[in-house]
Amino acid sequence: MSEILKLSDFSVSFDTPRGDLHAVRGVDLSIAKGESIGIVGESGSGKTVLSRATMGLMPSTATCTGTVEFKGAVISNLSRAEVRKNWGTGMAMVFQDPMTSLNPVRRIGSQLMEALIVRLGMSKDQARARSVELLERVRIPDPYAAMKKYPGELSGGMRQRIVIAIAIACTPELLFADEPTTALDVTVQAQVLELLAELRQEFNMAMILVTHDLGVVAGQTDRVIVMYAGQIVEAASTTDLFRNMKMPYTEALMKSIPRMDQSSGQRLRVITGRLPDPTTPEPGCSFAPRCEYATDKCRTEKPPLVTTQTGHQYRCFFPIGGSL
Amino acid sequence: MAGSGKLHLRLDSDPLLIVQDLVVQYKVNRKSFVSAVAGISFDVLRGETLAIVGESGCGKSTLGKAIMQLPRPQGGTVVLDGVDITALDGNDLRDVRPKVQMIFQDAISSLDPRLQVKNIIDEPLKVWKKGTAAERSVKVDNLLNSVGLDPVVVRDRRAYEFSGGQCQRISIARAIALDPVLLVCDEPVSALDVSIQAQILNLLQDMKEKLGLTIIFISHDLAVVKAVSSRVLVMYLGKICEVASPDDLYARAAHPYSRALIAAVPIPNPDVIVKRISVDGEPPSPVNPPSGCRFRTRCASASERCAAEEPQLQEVGLGHFVACHHPVTN
Amino acid sequence: MKKAQSLLIRFSQVALVLLGATFLVSILIRQLPGDVSLLINPVASEAERASLRHELGLDRNYFSAYWMWLSRMFQGDFGFFIFGGKVLPVLKTAIPPTLQLIFYTQIVALTVAVPLGVTSAYKQGTRFDRFTSTTLFSLSSIPNFGIGLILSLIIGVKIGILPPSGYKPISEGLIDHFRLMVLPVLTLAIAPISTYTRLLRAEMIGALREDYVLLALSKGLSDRRILLRHVLRPSCTTLMTSAALSMGGLIGGALVIEIIFVIPGMGTQLAKAIGMREFLAIQTYVAFIALFYITFNSIIDVLIGVVDPRTRSRRA
Repeated sequence: MSEILKLSDFSVSFDTPRGDLHAVRGVDLSIAKGESIGIVGESGSGKTVLSRATMGLMPSTATCTGTVEFKGAVISNLSRAEVRKNWGTGMAMVFQDPMTSLNPVRRIGSQLMEALIVRLGMSKDQARARSVELLERVRIPDPYAAMKKYPGELSGGMRQRIVIAIAIACTPELLFADEPTTALDVTVQAQVLELLAELRQEFNMAMILVTHDLGVVAGQTDRVIVMYAGQIVEAASTTDLFRNMKMPYTEALMKSIPRMDQSSGQRLRVITGRLPDPTTPEPGCSFAPRCEYATDKCRTEKPPLVTTQTGHQYRCFFPIGGSL
Repeated sequence: MAGSGKLHLRLDSDPLLIVQDLVVQYKVNRKSFVSAVAGISFDVLRGETLAIVGESGCGKSTLGKAIMQLPRPQGGTVVLDGVDITALDGNDLRDVRPKVQMIFQDAISSLDPRLQVKNIIDEPLKVWKKGTAAERSVKVDNLLNSVGLDPVVVRDRRAYEFSGGQCQRISIARAIALDPVLLVCDEPVSALDVSIQAQILNLLQDMKEKLGLTIIFISHDLAVVKAVSSRVLVMYLGKICEVASPDDLYARAAHPYSRALIAAVPIPNPDVIVKRISVDGEPPSPVNPPSGCRFRTRCASASERCAAEEPQLQEVGLGHFVACHHPVTN
Repeated sequence: MKKAQSLLIRFSQVALVLLGATFLVSILIRQLPGDVSLLINPVASEAERASLRHELGLDRNYFSAYWMWLSRMFQGDFGFFIFGGKVLPVLKTAIPPTLQLIFYTQIVALTVAVPLGVTSAYKQGTRFDRFTSTTLFSLSSIPNFGIGLILSLIIGVKIGILPPSGYKPISEGLIDHFRLMVLPVLTLAIAPISTYTRLLRAEMIGALREDYVLLALSKGLSDRRILLRHVLRPSCTTLMTSAALSMGGLIGGALVIEIIFVIPGMGTQLAKAIGMREFLAIQTYVAFIALFYITFNSIIDVLIGVVDPRTRSRRA
């Protein structure tokens, strides 16, 4: 498998009044063509920053270090104007909230046609025809009418389909989907996830699915990365991860979600405490203060990211089920 | 669904709350109305947690607020503890209000960010003249303790300094300050991270046991509902689809819509084969709802009868009611 | 059908506001101290004074006097000056200079403020941004008659590249007309330039943080295109509202500036009329000023609807 994206020792920090905020710390990651990867974590884990920074969509207060390679070429040292050449055509993004990710004062048609005209150099008529095709592809009923509408006239599910249509308009090879279904109703969520899976197949598009929902990850990805406090704390193929969780954090996260396949009225397991303050890194394992298995070693020494023979990675001195 | 009917009411068990034929309408423009709640009846027994489940726009939040007479429903009765509060006015209604308290989804914005925590919780006590300043101060500390916050650390800080989970704890303390009998929780955990969500759900459970509260839990999340409720009411476009115990509902949902909802929830287990009986499309506009059964436009088993006749709630198992002409059986 | 209906509603709203404003003014004018008839002709006989009061409607109650003025207006009689002459011909010469002054000012203010606001928002926190906001802030803190006098003195008298005061209609030569307008327009425009720039900057900074800007970026569009196509338009609504609201201040400002630059517009005439207690003229002038204000606001309202579809349903 050839790689489409490779991150090496990638870190992102923000300059804040309280000091440097380390949002992403030393991430190594590679994604193959057409592969689907889930990045799981709670808010503040750095998952959204990681995906946006990889793409290069960062405000000027952010500092990124390490390298990002896209299709074999390093893009992390390029100017914004150079990086921009990949946006839309090489990699694209779908955002969480379809209510805010479309421009409220412009018609759907013009927002969709824009990239086709500017990036692919299509004529207006070509772009219009292609836009209608795209809307049909994401199953918008009556695409001609939809082209003339404003985002405010459409439901959340419809808007998210349109955002997806915009993202795939220039057939990118890598799609970042940042909580694409969190703001949607369950039945619509299922439809949108199915649509994304189809499109991925159709365009042989790699996807990075950023989510807090382990359920969404389980059904949609080949591989899962669990992030905590800006670091990768566990990474494995999806089936491997759910079968043998190594990292106590992943396990705690699993146990704290209410599940439909459990009987009702049970008390939920709780992860006590909160995420650590990202401006003052812990001396030891960043999960140690909330971990039920933590020892003195965990609190004083940073565990390295261990890789097993099966390729399962975890960052823990005392993995569940023992090492290896 | 479209269901009407009152077969599921348990009037002989002395319910704390009896809602009958409740109608809440909003004006869309000069001529048309939306019936966000279109003639719903249900009851809640003392100590029960009734979950109201449905997708956005189904009227579940409106229903929750209508119980508190916010705004006043256009029709139907709400009987709380033997008193018909739809018939009350002015001060009489004001006197009843503290008995029902609400917790909202967005805890952070439901608290005034500039107020100190102690004042947020003290305010209802002060308004209702519950004790002297010193007595109230003790009560505020007790309330904070009971929701798992340290009064010494927390009481003088202001709401904007807290995270979503902590704000939700403060909201709960504020809500229980006036010893309500009924707590209406509108999506109380959907804005929270999973690890915090579990903390808040457990806290609500504790409060309920300790204070003998009755809870109406409004949510779109079927997994959360399953964990906390003792009875579930599924809504679609302002009507009831199905009423059942959570275990019954998840094992033997009889309404096609309930089935679709349950099937659509992603299970965190890659070995579970996803059954694709989810529904297509999105709910139609409530301005112009379908005739007969309101779900029929998205329902695979819809027939002519569904368009002509609104299904009534019928009992399909012990305490399991469904409003459907073609209920699904296992 | 719906459009005609909403237009009708709008029109009747405008009419109501106009009626209210002019009626209020008619009452206020009557509160001015002193018997006008005495002021005009101190040696008039009782009968002469009574007949004058009758002609001015001063012997009637508020409503009846107002009705007298209003019904004459509808018959095309815009009133007369107590000291002789009709109001209508004066009005005809006074309206164009004032309208031109205000119109040019809005255009200048917007053409300066929009690029300044967009650039300051884009270069937020840089030296350019800080320099612009400090300069505008200090300029806008000087009252406009002060600026007017300084400009007139320095540019008009000392340097002498532009005439310090006066007015010529367009018919007497476009170049002369504009040369005379430059200084008064500049004077009037400084306050709105400052307001518009700051407003637009704040709005655009807010809009730049929106998800749809990120989506536009991730399509690979250029910053310039994003600023102009995606950010400016939603930010314009506030700017337009502010332009409409600033109309009141601008009319008031224009009245003062006209006097400084000796422009024979509504301001000059109104000042004269107030000094002379010209009841009917004041009332007619005020009616026209109110009409400008309301018409301009209605046009802006419609434009906002065109620019921002979100406001259309809200208004319906």
